[in-house]
Amino acid sequence: MEPTAHDADEELPPRALLLEMYRHMLATRRFEETCLDFFRRGLIRGYLHSYIGQEAVAAGAIAALRSDDWIASTHRGHGHCIAKGADLRFMMAEILGRETGYCRGRGGSMHIASADLHHLGANGIVGGGIPLATGAALGIRVQGGDQVVICFFSDGASNNGVFPESLNLAGLFRLPVIFLLENNFYAVSTPVECSTGCCELAGRGPAYGVPGVCVDGNDAIAVWRETRRAVRRARSGEGPTLIEARTFRWGGHHANDPGQYVDPERLAYWKGRDPLALLGREIRDAAAVAAVASRVEAELAAAVEFALNSPEPAVEAFLAEIDS
Amino acid sequence: MPELLYREALRRALDEEMARDPHVFLLGETIAERGGSFKVTEGLLARYGPGRVIDTPIAEASFTGMAVGAALIGCRPVVELLFIDFALLAMDPIVNQAAKIEFISGGRRRLPLVIRTQGGVGEGLAAQHSQSLEALFYHIPGLKVVMPSTPADAYGLLKSAIRDDHPVVFIEHKRLYALSGPVPEEETLLPLGKADCKRRGNDVTLVSWSFMVHRCLAAAGLLERRGIEAEVLDLRSLVPLDREALLASARRTGRVLIVHEAVRRGGVGGDLAATIMEEAWSDLAAPVRRLAGRNTPIPYSRSIEEVCIPAVEEIAAAAAELAAIGR
Repeated sequence: MEPTAHDADEELPPRALLLEMYRHMLATRRFEETCLDFFRRGLIRGYLHSYIGQEAVAAGAIAALRSDDWIASTHRGHGHCIAKGADLRFMMAEILGRETGYCRGRGGSMHIASADLHHLGANGIVGGGIPLATGAALGIRVQGGDQVVICFFSDGASNNGVFPESLNLAGLFRLPVIFLLENNFYAVSTPVECSTGCCELAGRGPAYGVPGVCVDGNDAIAVWRETRRAVRRARSGEGPTLIEARTFRWGGHHANDPGQYVDPERLAYWKGRDPLALLGREIRDAAAVAAVASRVEAELAAAVEFALNSPEPAVEAFLAEIDS
Repeated sequence: MPELLYREALRRALDEEMARDPHVFLLGETIAERGGSFKVTEGLLARYGPGRVIDTPIAEASFTGMAVGAALIGCRPVVELLFIDFALLAMDPIVNQAAKIEFISGGRRRLPLVIRTQGGVGEGLAAQHSQSLEALFYHIPGLKVVMPSTPADAYGLLKSAIRDDHPVVFIEHKRLYALSGPVPEEETLLPLGKADCKRRGNDVTLVSWSFMVHRCLAAAGLLERRGIEAEVLDLRSLVPLDREALLASARRTGRVLIVHEAVRRGGVGGDLAATIMEEAWSDLAAPVRRLAGRNTPIPYSRSIEEVCIPAVEEIAAAAAELAAIGR
């Protein structure tokens, strides 16, 4: 199955949506660059999984949602969070381990979640969010709602048992969930061709009665279009869709992983298809792009200032909260 | 007071809570048309329909995770794991997800989830259908662990578990489903974390939960004939633990025997014994003792199955020994 790019004569997203997608992608790129810098300076602890290179997947897919639709994210989740409308101040505060963060410094980069944003949560367990997203879709049905859920996961997670299980359950119950498989071609260091006998990951959907499509994950408009189709199906009760979005991470698995195992030609190819540049070309309005860029820089600067000036959680208060 | 079977009491709790709150729904293997392998959910499909009594394929990790996801958006799912042995297939959603989600949100999220399951030695169900695994869940911060021994407790505790805003592992016992006992006619909720003194006595305290409570009560009957007054304290929930009741009884009798069906090694009894010795040492007349399952998988054959878990006579003998120390 060849990934589909968007076709020039098909319908484009409204201009405001295009600019919003671009803003989310640029904010993600700049947020991640800032985080990587903070990590190198020792301000960020633990694991930091950069979303640089994959921005079009989150931005394009979430642009097809309503604000009351839900998402489930992954360990590489900053882009999903930003596209879902997260406040960069609370994200940065969380990643810097501050009391003012989304999770009051208890979660960190791998656990950002917010009921207000209808964000079920990032997840430190690869594949861990797949059944949660599927269950949220079931919960929506129990509650009689018409929201849908996007379940972000990866080629790595697709080999975990919960993926076929949940795909089967979602297909069986025709649940309003979109399985958005971000195929970035590496599970930590293992290339996708070394982790499965069948690299056509979208093809796993039909085996469970779930349509599978493959899309160019660096083309935000193509991702938006496929996701919008899947959202319409889900919202009208026709059930789940599996979307494989082919993309690439520009760095290693995490901030401390130089990623030497990545084939340099492959990386160069994908860097030549920078999702931000591709979408920027579509907007064809340098002034609008510049205005988005200056807004992003201002929000990022405010987020950094807010986070750095926020306190870390107080030990006494923490000890009083827990049951020991 | 009318009598109900343990399974009927559980069913009544589910029925009442489903009638009361449309966010409560049931999910599990073979629970709908068939009414569950132990007939707890019988009749609920007819009352609440397939949208709220949902049969799943055999995919424990995913349907348990689905219950977590549904709870995250405001439902109150009750997921049934047919055997506690099968909960091991769902340890990621239970331990890494359900138990952590509230904490890692800085307390900003609530996870009203009940995981109903059952454990214990049955009749020839062998090593993969007979385990008592409460210690696994007791060990994990973020989970409540409830283990009722009577129909009334099963009824009142399950209702409270469903209304609780936090994840509860509700462990039934396969040998209790057919047990009959009085259950109040009027709606009754029993708080989680309150032990119940099932028999008063001053000479020795038998601390137990679930099926072993009945063996302790039988042992207390044997002890009475030997002039020993045993108290039987049913903890009912291990998390939260009723430390007050546990320590008060330990201080009063000064002699404590902890009885559980789960294997002794790494069992909850060890932790309870340490707690009593740390907190009530000066009031103890004898070291705290444990009587627990042998450190073995449960065998199949009739001749060797029952010997793996504490028998009434063994409990009575151990309690009598304790009662004799220093007298």
